[in-house]
Amino acid sequence: MTLIDLANPTRFLALSARVLPWLAAATVILLTIGLYQSAYAPDDYQQGATVKIMFIHVPNAWLSMFVWGVMSIASLGTLVWRHPLADVAAKAAAPIGAAFTFLALLTGSLWGRPMWGTYWEWDARLTSVLILFLMYLGLMALWRAVEDPSRAARAAAVLTLVGAINLPIIKFSVDWWNTLHQPASVMRMGGSTLDKAFLIPLLVMAVAFTLLFVTLHIAAMRNEILRRRVRSLQMMQASRVAFSSEVGTGSRQENASKGTA
Amino acid sequence: MTAWSALIRRDIRIALRVGGGALIGVLFFLTVVVLMPFAVGPDLAQLARLGPAILWLGALLASLLTLDRLFMADHEDGSLDLITMSRTPLELACAAKALAHWLAAGLPLIVATPVLGLLLNLDMVATAAVALTLLAGTPALTFTGMIGAALAVTLHRGGLLMAVLVLPLSIPVLIFGVAASQAAITEPSSFGAPFSILCALSLVSMVIGPFAAAASLKHGLD
Repeated sequence: MTLIDLANPTRFLALSARVLPWLAAATVILLTIGLYQSAYAPDDYQQGATVKIMFIHVPNAWLSMFVWGVMSIASLGTLVWRHPLADVAAKAAAPIGAAFTFLALLTGSLWGRPMWGTYWEWDARLTSVLILFLMYLGLMALWRAVEDPSRAARAAAVLTLVGAINLPIIKFSVDWWNTLHQPASVMRMGGSTLDKAFLIPLLVMAVAFTLLFVTLHIAAMRNEILRRRVRSLQMMQASRVAFSSEVGTGSRQENASKGTA
Repeated sequence: MTAWSALIRRDIRIALRVGGGALIGVLFFLTVVVLMPFAVGPDLAQLARLGPAILWLGALLASLLTLDRLFMADHEDGSLDLITMSRTPLELACAAKALAHWLAAGLPLIVATPVLGLLLNLDMVATAAVALTLLAGTPALTFTGMIGAALAVTLHRGGLLMAVLVLPLSIPVLIFGVAASQAAITEPSSFGAPFSILCALSLVSMVIGPFAAAASLKHGLD
C-alpha cells in the first residue's frame, strides 16, 4: 500500500470507510483519557485552576499550524506530482484548520484575561496567529471564487505554499520578539520546562486532537469526493439534456419528461 | 536581455499614458492623507506623531489599488498570452513587469511623500525616514502583491478577493516600515534593526514573488 494506490478515489473511499470507525474510536478514547487527566491535574501554584485552559489551548494552537503544514504538503502534491487526491485533501483541511485557529485564539483570549489582565494584546505570537486565521479565510474564499475545482486547486496551492512562510514566523515569534506571550516550554532545546504532572496530560491531549483532526479530515475528504461526483453527474445530465433538445426538435415532449425523471 | 528591457520599457510607457492609471495611485495617496485629519482631528502635534503610520497606510492602500492593472489589462487584450508563450522565462517576465510597475506606480508615491509630510506637520528627519523606509519597503509590497494579482487575473471577479489575499502578506512590511520610521523620530529605539529586516523582506519577496506569480499564471491560464 503506497500513496499511489490511494490515487484512485474509489479505492480511497473503500479504504477510508474501513479505517474511519477505528480512528473515531481511538479519538474518543484518547480524548476521554486526556480530559480526565487534565481535570485531575494539580492546580498551578501561580495560575490556580486556570492553568487547565492550557490543555485545550495548546493542542488547538499546535494544530492550527500543523493543518497548514498538511495543506502545504498537499499543495506540493497538486503542483508537482499531480496527485488526484491532493487537492481534495487541501480543500477539506482548510475549514478544519480555520476552526482550530479560531479556537486557539478564543481559548487564548479567555486565558489571557485572568493571567495578563487583557483579552487581546498586539503581541507578536497573537498577531501572527491572527494573520494565519485571516489567511485561512482568504484561502477558503479563493476555493469558492473559482468554479472549476482543478483550477481552483492550483491557484490555492500557490497561495498555500506562499503562506507557509508564516509558520516559522509563528513558531519563533516568541523567541525573536520577547513580548507578552511566554516563550516555548514544551518543544525546546534541552528538554521541556514543564512539570510531569502537566506535561503528560498535555501530550495526551495533543495526540488526541491530532487524531481528531485526522478523523475529521478523512471524513471531509470523503464528503468532498462525493460532492465532486454529484457535480460531474449533474454536468453530464445537463449536457445530455442540452444535447438532446438541440438534436431532436420534434421530440421535445419526450425530452422534457426525461429531464424530470 | 533585450526582450527583458523591452518589456520593462513597454510597461512603463503604457502605465504613464492615458488610461494607464499609474499616477492615479499618487492622487489616491493624497486623498487618503487628506482624509486623516478629518478622522483623527486637526491637532498638529498628534498628526506629527501619527504621521509615519498614516503615510505608510496611504502608500500601502495606493499600491494595492494599482496592483490589479499589473496583469489585468494584458490579459484582456491578449498580450499576456504572447508573454507566456515567448522564449523569455515567465518568471523573468513577471519580474520585469513587477519592476516596471514599481518604477511607474511605486516610485511616484515616494516622490510625493515629502509634500504629504508637510501636510502632516512632519519635520525634515521624520520625512526623510519615511521616504527611505518606503523606498526600501514598497518593492516588497509590489512583489508580494504580484502573487495576488496573478491569482486574481485567472478569476473572473478577482478584485476584492485580491485585497483579502494580499493584505495579510503585507502586514510584516507595514510593521517594520512604521517601526523603522518611528525609531528615527523617537530617540532610544534603533533605526538599523527594523530597517534591515525591511530590506530583507524586500529581497525575499523579489525572489519568491516572480516564481509564485509565474506558477499561478502557468496553471491558471490553460
